[in-house]
Amino acid sequence: MAEVRRRLLAALLAVAAAVPAAAAEAPASAPPAASAASIAASAPATVKFEAPGARLTAADPALEARMLAITGELRCLVCQNQTIADSHADLAVDLRQQVRELLQKGRTPEQIRQYMTDRYGDFVLYRPPLKASTAVLWLGPAVLLAIALLALVLVIRKRARLADDQFEPEPMLDDGTEAVDASARPGTLA
Amino acid sequence: MKALKFLIPLLIFIVLAGFCAYALVQNHDPHEVPSPLIDKPAPEFALTRLDQPGQTIRRADMLGKVWMLNVWASWCEACRDEHPYLVEFAKLKALPIYGLDYKDQREPAQAWLAERGNPYDASLFDANGRVGIDFGVYGVPETFIIDKQGVIRFKKIGVLTPEVLRDDVLPLLRKLNG
Repeated sequence: MAEVRRRLLAALLAVAAAVPAAAAEAPASAPPAASAASIAASAPATVKFEAPGARLTAADPALEARMLAITGELRCLVCQNQTIADSHADLAVDLRQQVRELLQKGRTPEQIRQYMTDRYGDFVLYRPPLKASTAVLWLGPAVLLAIALLALVLVIRKRARLADDQFEPEPMLDDGTEAVDASARPGTLA
Repeated sequence: MKALKFLIPLLIFIVLAGFCAYALVQNHDPHEVPSPLIDKPAPEFALTRLDQPGQTIRRADMLGKVWMLNVWASWCEACRDEHPYLVEFAKLKALPIYGLDYKDQREPAQAWLAERGNPYDASLFDANGRVGIDFGVYGVPETFIIDKQGVIRFKKIGVLTPEVLRDDVLPLLRKLNG
């Protein structure tokens, strides 16, 4: 019995160790990269309605793709659950045009993100920088996970130390033997 | 130890309830994003007057006085609610009030002011919204108070209610002019 529990504990810990690694790959609110790419494909049709950007867009799909890569990680302030790349809000249309022009002036994506945060704050970044005001956001999930794992380990270890008569007896079969082969669990013989 | 087992869920509940109460009591609006522009120099601008397309007003022209910049537009629904408060407030002559007519057209904008009264010393005409973007405008109406050095000291997103004018704007003016 104790052996089974020990193996169970090991398996749980292995799963637990894998989870934070997977979680680190995908920050909570970051939009999937695929969304920016799929918009890039449909962009020429969408942008047709924007008079100043229309010719530019058709002529320069590379610029459009770079613009969408940047705006796909920026939050639209009008519809707060959409990216600037996604949103049809007037402001988002203007900001996409602004990003196109900044790219044409040779600004780097980093400079453009700075341009946005200068005006709207870290709130526009779907990947906010780690600093005092965002520490809870970034570290909170990991801390909660650590607390949950600690509680799990403590409970399992406590149960592993309990004598067998502390547990519910195994269900009996019709012939009066236990459902699980008793010989496989030497602990129960004592 | 036994008591602790019951206390922990209770404590967790109290903490969660505290967060909920905070959000409710503070009258918290998730659309109000704190502006990074507070205590920063106002952005440069050079815009024509709404009523006089030949006359340009620049940031430098405004230095030396505490003034209000109220972002509005004739297409803006909430501006209709705000406008009477602003017209009343202008009568106090507490400070110069300038409008920023955001992404608008001259004729409907001027008709809008003619119909509802004009509280502004002048309105700056921002047809393509570029100056609005530099001021981080995302929800019209918005209101800024800019000090004598050209630094933004206050920003209100949404309707400038009599309460905001009384509790935030007037005390700030006393401080800035005092």
